[in-house]
Amino acid sequence: MATKTEKIDRLAELTARRETVTGGSLWVEAFRRLRSSKMALIGVAIMALFVVIALIGPWIAPHNPTAQIWRDEVFTNRGEFVGPRGENWLGLDHLGRDQLSRMLVGARQTLLVGVVSTVLGFALGALIGGVSGAALAFGGRAGQRLDTVLMRFIDMMLAMPSLLLAVSIAAVMGQSLTTVMIAVGVVQVPIFARLLRGSMLAQANADYVLAARALGVRRRRVVLGHVLPNSLGPVIVQSTLALATAIIEAAALSYLGLGNPDAAQPEWGVMLAQAERFFDEAPFMAICPALGIIVTALGFTLLGEAMREALDPKLRS
Amino acid sequence: MPLLSVDELKVTFAGHGRRATTAVSGVSFDVDEGQVVGLVGESGCGKSVTSLALMGLLPAKGVRVEGRADYRGTDLLSLSPSRLRDLRGTQLAMIFQDPLSSLNPVVPIGVQVTEILSRHRGLRGQAARDEAATLLDRVGIPDPRRRLKEYPHQLSGGMRQRALIAMAVACAPRLLIADEPTTALDVTIQAQILELLKELVDQQGTALLMITHDLGVVAGLCDEVNVLYAGKVVESADRRTLFAEPAHPYAHGLLNSIPRLDAPRGQPLNPVRGSINDQIAWADGCAFAPRCDFYTLDCLQGTPELGPLNADAVAGHQVRCVNPVREPLAVTTLAEVGAGGDPPAEAAAPKGAPKTAPKAAPKEETSE
Amino acid sequence: MSLLELNEVKVHFPVRRGVFFDRVVGHVYAVDGVSLTVEAGQTYGLVGESGCGKTTLGRAVLRLNDITSGQVVFDGTDLAALPDEEMRRSRRRLQMVFQDPLGSLNPRQNIESILAEGMAAHGIGADRTERRARIVEVLEKVGLPADALSRYPHEFSGGQRQRIGIARALVLEPDLIICDEPVSALDVSIQAQVINLLEELQDSLGLTYLVIAHDLAVVRHISDVIGVMYLGALVEEAPSDLLYAEPRHPYTRALMSAVPVPDPEVEDSRERILLRGDLPSPANPPSGCRFHTRCPWRQPERCDTERPDLVELADGHRVACHYAAEIADGTLRPTRELAERILPEDEPIGAPAVGDEPSAAPVEAG
Repeated sequence: MATKTEKIDRLAELTARRETVTGGSLWVEAFRRLRSSKMALIGVAIMALFVVIALIGPWIAPHNPTAQIWRDEVFTNRGEFVGPRGENWLGLDHLGRDQLSRMLVGARQTLLVGVVSTVLGFALGALIGGVSGAALAFGGRAGQRLDTVLMRFIDMMLAMPSLLLAVSIAAVMGQSLTTVMIAVGVVQVPIFARLLRGSMLAQANADYVLAARALGVRRRRVVLGHVLPNSLGPVIVQSTLALATAIIEAAALSYLGLGNPDAAQPEWGVMLAQAERFFDEAPFMAICPALGIIVTALGFTLLGEAMREALDPKLRS
Repeated sequence: MPLLSVDELKVTFAGHGRRATTAVSGVSFDVDEGQVVGLVGESGCGKSVTSLALMGLLPAKGVRVEGRADYRGTDLLSLSPSRLRDLRGTQLAMIFQDPLSSLNPVVPIGVQVTEILSRHRGLRGQAARDEAATLLDRVGIPDPRRRLKEYPHQLSGGMRQRALIAMAVACAPRLLIADEPTTALDVTIQAQILELLKELVDQQGTALLMITHDLGVVAGLCDEVNVLYAGKVVESADRRTLFAEPAHPYAHGLLNSIPRLDAPRGQPLNPVRGSINDQIAWADGCAFAPRCDFYTLDCLQGTPELGPLNADAVAGHQVRCVNPVREPLAVTTLAEVGAGGDPPAEAAAPKGAPKTAPKAAPKEETSE
Repeated sequence: MSLLELNEVKVHFPVRRGVFFDRVVGHVYAVDGVSLTVEAGQTYGLVGESGCGKTTLGRAVLRLNDITSGQVVFDGTDLAALPDEEMRRSRRRLQMVFQDPLGSLNPRQNIESILAEGMAAHGIGADRTERRARIVEVLEKVGLPADALSRYPHEFSGGQRQRIGIARALVLEPDLIICDEPVSALDVSIQAQVINLLEELQDSLGLTYLVIAHDLAVVRHISDVIGVMYLGALVEEAPSDLLYAEPRHPYTRALMSAVPVPDPEVEDSRERILLRGDLPSPANPPSGCRFHTRCPWRQPERCDTERPDLVELADGHRVACHYAAEIADGTLRPTRELAERILPEDEPIGAPAVGDEPSAAPVEAG
């Protein structure tokens, strides 16, 4: 006759065999999923490479990027550009400067433009979107009015073609790297604002927010403790995607001649702009910076997509 | 020979590098011509996966389907996708829980119905439109010609489910599989849809495989009932036997735990312990053992077989349990209480016939 | 003594349109004049189909929705007239349990943080240790292990999550708990566990419940008094057993006849009233009696034009139907055209399912 404990022990043993308890908070779990995603790994690898180059580029550059070391060589053989060769792996540009060195050193400015403008866009956009969303969801009639005013303003920004907006900002502020960063950042503002507001409104209708209000939790705590943290996911994903577009837009502005007035300073966008005139004779001059921009943008995009998947609660197992 | 005979159907999901999970671990049941068969169980018991496997609607990647499902001599599980597709339109049809997502939101109802008529019955133009209107009319959609021009979102939930049923029965299928067709609907609408399904079965001789979690729906609709737990049939019987003398502790426990409309207030419920997470693998013994009140060590001697309850059991009453329940259900109804208690004057009118006398007098309303 | 008294409560949601300045173009009459009384220590069940306004009404009691007009008197105070901050503070005594156990728990909070939040908001417990002691005590009451504290909602099963939701309400020691569909998202075998838990807690803590649900069987099981809602208003109210025995409003009868009973004998022999059509939109409710568009007993003129009041028929039995008495004593017969046209041949409504038991006799043939 089986004793009661024996029965229970045997059952517990068999039940435990099937147990698969996964613990941890949402972020921990999202990170775990991110780690197992190939897309994220490739994205992170590309980003890491880019950041490392941006940091140590000037020290590993084989030549002075601004010195026109092979000027004579380029100028004597008119129309004959110098492609990749043992001494210059990526060839020379039209002024006889080493392309590889320019790429390595230029990464820093490119990253700076991308990061600063995205942070700027994120901060301003999240502020406007956050205020707007909170006001609409929890501010009563007055809040609705505030939201309407803010959102019509954002709509006006959205209605302007982004490049035109950037060009006009650059035109007002004059030609400088700061201008490029501000212009590109401002262009991102409506995207972030809209996204955070929408995300907050969706969360504000979630049951747990209602539950918090029913508990008697103060409004400020409801917004900051419940709505905002749960709304940030899509915005963070967007910021990685925005970094990619920011680099491309900054390149476009530089290409249009609105970037850093010191044209000798290498920056991928500027390099691309300069290469355009010689594209027929020296396609390689354009391909290098173009490829750099594309690969970097791809890295950020991959990471963003992987994060979107990792953070999506619907895909949680 | 049954119309559909499912034999040891097994469905295993193996995700991206994840551990394989068995959703259906050996389900067998038969559906006869014109019969209504119920698959009942709670979420995670494998009832929906079973229906999707039968219709060939499971994704091809990462899913392993084993076993046989003989439909009039052909095995549905080994049929080529194109043969299955032909069969699906004409002989097998399915309706789902959520009628809105089963309809194309940007195409008018009429186009969606005529499309089926033209593909499977070769009807074109005005003939197809007329037939579509007739179909909608038959499933009780008022003003069918106007409805044909409307989009799914313009219809209410009940009307959408009717439209979906109209599409399913457009080719007079032999077998209709309904996966929780009324779960998303309100009770009064649910009653309408169930009535409609009954009518279709009666008039067209369509067999119906009804998949639901609602034992009440099963009680009123199904001829045969299969109770699923953890991917296996644990009890199967005709509905009267099953509801009168459930023998598997799970079926017994479920019936004891449901609050009944006709039970007197204050009658305690006897819940089934634990949750679906408390289970052991079928290979080790009975998956229900951790929640079972009648559990003994015998329950852990490998998978129990699905077999006849005992020698004098009702034909077709099968149970997968080494230690079946013999106690009666602990359910009292107001009608039974009313017979001996002191109910309010008119409350004595029994709503349902007492269990002992199925052919009791028709219930009486206070208006009579 | 009545703990909660609703007096002609109305909740109308404005429908706004406009680009710059929103214009009110209409109203959704979600709750349109509901009066009811919930006695202390009892359970009031509010039942109705989706769109009848029961959830809105439950939320209005907690002022989670704005109340358009009417009074919500809780323990002598009209909540509808309270300033926001005072309303927030009085929420300690009125708590809520939600339908979706997972959705109503913040996925980023662990259980301790979820349960401590309300206590912090109301200044219960001096410090973390004190709060934790109280939380552990309540967790035990709802049948959860103490090691649940540091875990997250997604690690629990549906039934356990609902227990967490109940514990969250209980830590505040409320007097009234509004349960909005407390079991409808749970599996059948789990529903009974949660219903029993709610009943045990009521017995041991002297709680008062307002249970809102669409499942009449659940409501009947748990409630002392039941109110049936249709399109924003109560159509009938009676003690639980009386409502079942003597449903007087046509809608109640239809609703009751539509609820499936897990018993083939009952299913085969019961009265069936199949309603025609769907619920009208609460943005554009029918004139007169709101049920007249679907009512098999509808009479010309009066039902279309005059809205019936909730009238007390017998002790505690209130019905909003002009012809409740006539329908009850059989002088009024249902009109067939108004019932669902579902039978192939002309069959009297009220008859059981087509082709079913021969023993089942038709009732109330028109």
